[in-house]
Amino acid sequence: MNNSMITIKNVNKIYDNTTALHDVSLDIKQGEFIALVGMSGGGKSTLLRLIAGLEQPTSGSVTINDSSTDSLMRVMFQEDRLLPWMSVLDNLSFGSKDKNTKAHARQLLDLVELGDYANHFPNQLSGGQKQRVALARALMTDPKILLLDEPLGALDALTRRKMQDLILDICQKQNLTTILVTHDVEEAARMADRIVVMKNSTNSYEETCPKNRNVGQIGLVADRVLGEILEEPTLEKQTA
Amino acid sequence: MQKPVTLTTTRKNFHLPVDKILPFLIPIIVILFWQVSSTLGWLSSSVLPSPMAVLQDGIKLTVSGELPKNLSISLYRATVGLLIGGGIGFVLGFINGMSNTFRLLFDSSIQMFRNIPHLALIPLIILWLGINESAKISLVAIGTMFPVYINTFHGIRSVDPDLIEMGKSYQLTKSQMFFKIIFPAALPQILVGIRYALGVMWTTLIVAETISASSGIGYMANNAEDFMDMETVVLCIVVYAVLGKISDLVAKSFESLLLDWQHTGRSNA
Ligand SMILES: Nc1ncnc2c1ncn2[C@@H]1O[C@H](COP(=O)(O)OP(=O)(O)OP(=O)(O)O)[C@@H](O)[C@H]1O
Ligand SMILES: [Mg+2]
Repeated sequence: MNNSMITIKNVNKIYDNTTALHDVSLDIKQGEFIALVGMSGGGKSTLLRLIAGLEQPTSGSVTINDSSTDSLMRVMFQEDRLLPWMSVLDNLSFGSKDKNTKAHARQLLDLVELGDYANHFPNQLSGGQKQRVALARALMTDPKILLLDEPLGALDALTRRKMQDLILDICQKQNLTTILVTHDVEEAARMADRIVVMKNSTNSYEETCPKNRNVGQIGLVADRVLGEILEEPTLEKQTA
Repeated sequence: MQKPVTLTTTRKNFHLPVDKILPFLIPIIVILFWQVSSTLGWLSSSVLPSPMAVLQDGIKLTVSGELPKNLSISLYRATVGLLIGGGIGFVLGFINGMSNTFRLLFDSSIQMFRNIPHLALIPLIILWLGINESAKISLVAIGTMFPVYINTFHGIRSVDPDLIEMGKSYQLTKSQMFFKIIFPAALPQILVGIRYALGVMWTTLIVAETISASSGIGYMANNAEDFMDMETVVLCIVVYAVLGKISDLVAKSFESLLLDWQHTGRSNA
């Protein structure tokens, strides 16, 4: 159970003259839900893209400890990135005519409560619906690792909350290893097993979240993490 | 609750024909005015023959087979020229859009060649190929190649890189990448190029046929001019206008067929 799924060792990533990542080491266990938080430009997306294999590190190594190949990892981007010329169903299957693929796509659309929208085009959907389609698409090949780059950033608070619950539910049921990049410390504290703060291009701070947390604990964790990001005294420290 | 329902249906019935009729209103008025002016003698037939006279000329030339013969030869030249030119333009745009090496190799030369007005090549092409079919077809091909090339190239180059990255992260194969993402994304721009090429196609053909041909609508007009046959000259102009309009309609219906996803906006749903 405790074997690590993703091992990041002394990773540096340098673009021209910007250091996006500096000496990042991180071990992520199978089935763990990690939240990456931090200031804008802190290197969160870069780390995610390195894990996804969309880019290579300048030095250091990113290892995925699983022998299975292609369908292992799926990324859900900040924008839905749906193909506007394909129906919702075809967006999941990339237009595949295969019966099983289509049936699987329909199942996933039911899961994200969009079963009635299979033949709609993306521009006929609301922002939240599009993100649910993108989530369903990411789940199509039964991935083991789900990489989420601020997927809920553009949604209103209510839809966002529903999506958080949906994602959590799916990740738990399918025992996915998940990395969620977010600006929202509250969201991180609600969803993650472990919060990793990215600051000055490296992972400067970590916080393990309690299991079955209540609203009060979520607030405290969020506050502590925010304090770390902003380097301000936290509520706890002030009152202590 | 009954009344509003009946109201909306009558409204619809009243509105639809107006939409269809309105575009024809101005042409009809112009033709009527033209006919009336000719009949009343305000407009001398040596300046402009009446619409009825042009129509009668058209019927006469159709019955004699002269108009259908010239029309079909013009259509043949236009289509073959467009297919060759558009085909080459598409292939070049595709290759240069997809590969940086080919782009560096070809693009600047193509751009240089493009700056020569293709009608300026008429004397050269007549010297090389004479006044036979290949000369006119080549001219149309050269003229239509560039708009298709440029729009295909730009269409492919400006595909949203986010979508390409998405495709990569989903491990799409090269051909899936092209057929599922790049081609559909570039298609609206490619169709703009084809529509533009259709315009170039007719202009080029008119000029080429007027200058050097022994058949075709352009030749008919030129020949009629020699005989001061005003009706046929005007008839040829009308035929060109109709052909232009038809090819535009064909292109438009192609667009709405291929780009139906663009018209499924929430406002129409
Ligand atoms: N392709 C690139 N070329 C050059 N610099 C880049 C590139 N991608 C990222 N960077 C730089 O790397 C740094 C980290 O960027 P990154 O996108 O990882 O930040 P982030 O934490 O995801 O920020 P945000 O929260 O705003 O999304 C930034 O300074 C950025 O300018
Ligand atoms: Mg980012």
